[in-house]
Amino acid sequence: MSFINYSSREINCKIVYYGPGLCGKTTNLQYIYRRTNPEQKGKLISLATETERTLFFDFLPLALGDIKGFRVRFHLYTVPGQVFYAASRKLILKGVDGVVFVADSQLERMESNMESLEDLKINLAEQGYELEKLPYTIQYNKRDLPNVVPVEEMDKLLNIRRVPWFEGVAVTGKGVFETLKAVARQVLFELKKHC
Amino acid sequence: MSGSNLVMYEEEFRKIDAELQKLYQQSNAKVVFLVDKNGQLIASAGETHDIDTTSLASLTAGNIAATGGIARLLGEKEFTILFHEGEKDNIHISLIGERIILVVIFDSRSSLGLVRLRVKKTSDAIGRIFDEITQKVEKDKGEGKLEESIFAEISDEDIDNLFR
Repeated sequence: MSFINYSSREINCKIVYYGPGLCGKTTNLQYIYRRTNPEQKGKLISLATETERTLFFDFLPLALGDIKGFRVRFHLYTVPGQVFYAASRKLILKGVDGVVFVADSQLERMESNMESLEDLKINLAEQGYELEKLPYTIQYNKRDLPNVVPVEEMDKLLNIRRVPWFEGVAVTGKGVFETLKAVARQVLFELKKHC
Repeated sequence: MSGSNLVMYEEEFRKIDAELQKLYQQSNAKVVFLVDKNGQLIASAGETHDIDTTSLASLTAGNIAATGGIARLLGEKEFTILFHEGEKDNIHISLIGERIILVVIFDSRSSLGLVRLRVKKTSDAIGRIFDEITQKVEKDKGEGKLEESIFAEISDEDIDNLFR
């Protein structure tokens, strides 16, 4: 649910990074934060445990530029990936405009990916959304690791809707901005359709 | 799909701003601000220059969301007021309708009683302004005005420009 402010001429959109624990959601935001000009970003807020696991959410406000005289602001959020934070995860999806699903490419994480995707669908449904209709992009992350599943196989398994997907190595930034751009594009085009 | 978008117009923004200014002065607050439940800052008044209002808005909304989650677990619909007491500053958070969050930050120059009293009045006024906005959005939608205004012409190139 975006916020269109005709008074300050701003559009605010909420994008949520979803995925299993340790798949690289926070790392995506950290890379975006590092690579964005100071005037385009706010603080990166991380509500994390002492061991740097996300406890509630990470938050990064971005203002990348203007469209038709309106400042376009994206509020990027991550959810806590660990299974037992289910209740918190649900809350972050409130008012979401677009979702990025970050999948962990390692063979032993395939089951966690599928569980997380199922969890995403259920939690969206509880908020009155359908994953099938939401701006949505997938990132197959950690492609630099040795025991990764071929992208084609992952795509068959996780990308039922055939949405845009990207290979990622979030620690080095590979695929990070491509993913963000793909979901941002869909969010803005969705505004065009639904406003 | 995602329900209606929150829209803010110049006229209503001015009214809201005036209400917040009034609340800021009458409650002797340091800062007051209004946040959408999704964490987006709508308006603010007071000593905002050394406060990161964007982060504050997002965290306040997270706070309200978490408290709402607790409420539902306990069989309550919502806890409509939150109050955090600090050594110097205190924060009073309240829900207006089911969509807007009003935040007042105050110190020893004010008191919880005064803030609560003033917040109640402001909440009623702001609630009415948001009802006006809703009516206006419905009207504009019916006439197709919103689409025409900005979004109709968004192009791939516009989006490419954002990511240059």
